[in-house]
Amino acid sequence: METLIEFFSFKYPNVKYVVFGTILLSISSSAVGCFTFVKKKSLIGDVISHAVLPGICISFLISGSKDPFILIIGAFLSGWISILVMNKIIQNTKIKEDAATGFSLSVFFGIGILLLTFIQHSGNAAQSGLDTFLFGKAAALVGKDLIAFGMIAILVLGTVLALYKEFKLISFDPQFASVIGLPTKTLEFILISITVLAVVTGIQAVGVVLIAAMLITPAAAARFWTNAFHKMILLAAFFGVISGVSGAFISFTAPSMPTGPWMVMVLSIIALISFFFAPGKGILIRQYKRFVIQRQLLEENLLKAFYKLGENENHPKREITTNDDKLKRSFSSNQLKKGLKKLKADGYIIATKSGWKLTQEGFQKGKRITRLHRLWELYLTKYLRIAPDHVHEDAETIEHVITPELEKRLQELLDFPTSDAHQPAIPP
Amino acid sequence: MIIQSENPALEVHDLTVSYDKKPVLWGVDFTIPKGALCGVIGPNGAGKSTLIKAIMQLIDIDSGYIKLFDRELDAVRKKVSYVPQRESVDWDFPASVMDVVLMGRYANLGLFKSPRKADKEAALKALELVGMESFRKRQISQLSGGQQQRIFLARSLTQNADMYLLDEPFAGVDAATEKAIVEILKNLADEGKTIIVVHHNLQSVENYFDWVLLLNLRLIASGPTKKVFTPALLEETYGGKLTLLAEVSELVKKGEFKAREKH
Repeated sequence: METLIEFFSFKYPNVKYVVFGTILLSISSSAVGCFTFVKKKSLIGDVISHAVLPGICISFLISGSKDPFILIIGAFLSGWISILVMNKIIQNTKIKEDAATGFSLSVFFGIGILLLTFIQHSGNAAQSGLDTFLFGKAAALVGKDLIAFGMIAILVLGTVLALYKEFKLISFDPQFASVIGLPTKTLEFILISITVLAVVTGIQAVGVVLIAAMLITPAAAARFWTNAFHKMILLAAFFGVISGVSGAFISFTAPSMPTGPWMVMVLSIIALISFFFAPGKGILIRQYKRFVIQRQLLEENLLKAFYKLGENENHPKREITTNDDKLKRSFSSNQLKKGLKKLKADGYIIATKSGWKLTQEGFQKGKRITRLHRLWELYLTKYLRIAPDHVHEDAETIEHVITPELEKRLQELLDFPTSDAHQPAIPP
Repeated sequence: MIIQSENPALEVHDLTVSYDKKPVLWGVDFTIPKGALCGVIGPNGAGKSTLIKAIMQLIDIDSGYIKLFDRELDAVRKKVSYVPQRESVDWDFPASVMDVVLMGRYANLGLFKSPRKADKEAALKALELVGMESFRKRQISQLSGGQQQRIFLARSLTQNADMYLLDEPFAGVDAATEKAIVEILKNLADEGKTIIVVHHNLQSVENYFDWVLLLNLRLIASGPTKKVFTPALLEETYGGKLTLLAEVSELVKKGEFKAREKH
């Protein structure tokens, strides 16, 4: 707790720089990442991040300084050129997008490493620290970096805000954007430019390899929680902020822990949580829904079986012994145990001395399922011309799906029938 | 047989278009009168969609010119609306039905502005027209093929254009949707708007369209359905394959020629 207070009091300027620096770059990379994500161009971040290295080296060679502004200009230019090269390859050769992506990435990175090695062996004293671009240096951000990050973040976010609707349209339907007269080429140019800018700043914190994660992971995680694009961007930015602050905090409490990789770790955890728990799309939620439906099926099938047992003997509410042969044939003992317990808890059956008995509600429900089953059988034979001996299996499923409204329509369509394809009565 | 119209809404003059360097339309030349409901008919790979895309300047042309309402496209963009093929976009995009329909209004909005009340009303009205108003909040990934097509048409309708170009609006849609769309298109044509539809099904041509373009790499016929939609011309469109033309196209592609030396 004390460390937490100490951390957020920002009494060390270094902590302040790191926290705000990481927040700024997380927000900008998350926001532009949403566009590359929905455009299915997620790997573009990877290309740009690897391709900025030669630009950084060349700016250093020319200027001899490590001023962030000068390095960013070089990085921006070479990042841009790599995208141009990639697009030209796709347009003018038979090489497909994936190969062009790999080609552009590796060629530029190769040149970058070449130049970097050359600089490192040149004996230039100012060069030390240039290789932080490879792995990032989030924990060592200084005031000047913060100013650069801040300006770029404002530029990136301001552009996204101002051109949100245009960017959305060119991401969803570029052809339509073009026919209604939007300057699609210019918009595309701006979008790529801010992507390059976001990547270039992000690299300084998390490095060449991990920046792709800063771009894609927040977007991928946010997509699980919402179907609205603007909410997706806000959520992705929020995830970015969480990762930035927690990365800074973790490396503050444990100085041997690197900030950048921890930011990516936190993002990955957020993404994992989203994959599993997001409402509607999360894997666990879907599993849970399946489980609920399985249980509902069992319950309804049991009630139907109870009802039918009574129906055969013209005495619907009769008692059923726990050892009833018919029940045992259709349900496993485990199913029976669980199902009966649930039915009792829900008040559809009550225990008697020798077994079970349907309550009024259980009887009604069993009757309804039986009715739906037979209605559907009749519908299949009458309207889909399926042979009567083939309809039972299908109706076993559909009887659980039909809503009261559909039931009403079925009855009207079938003219309120009283017997089905197999000729047993359809209960009213 | 190419029947020209006076005072045409659309004029295509000596149009040659290549796709991936291979010429797919050769010297196409026709006019379509105002208020026509025109079907573009031809076999697969005949260049029907290419023609529409060339008119909308989505692909470069090798030669010729296109005039809409006697003007260049740029001058009359707001009067022309285009409905692309349903498959041309990713329907998993995070957007609602309303979001997509509102996109039709973006041109009027200008940069930096978000949709106004009037735009939302126009979108709702268009959704009503295509019978999808109750779906306005629905996520687009949950729509059926027919519903997707209706949404695209609604987006187009919000533009209040004078000419509509639709690329295969009936491909993979249910019968009810096809009927609803035809109804809307007929009403638009009755209001004097010009409608051009890329269409596949020969059986419905006479019912749907009052003007027909028969296309198969070159223009075979253009004119009122009654005069042009004849067995002989259809035979020419669908029957004898022009193997010579196809082979020359391949050669042009292989040799990296331009379809026209200059234009």
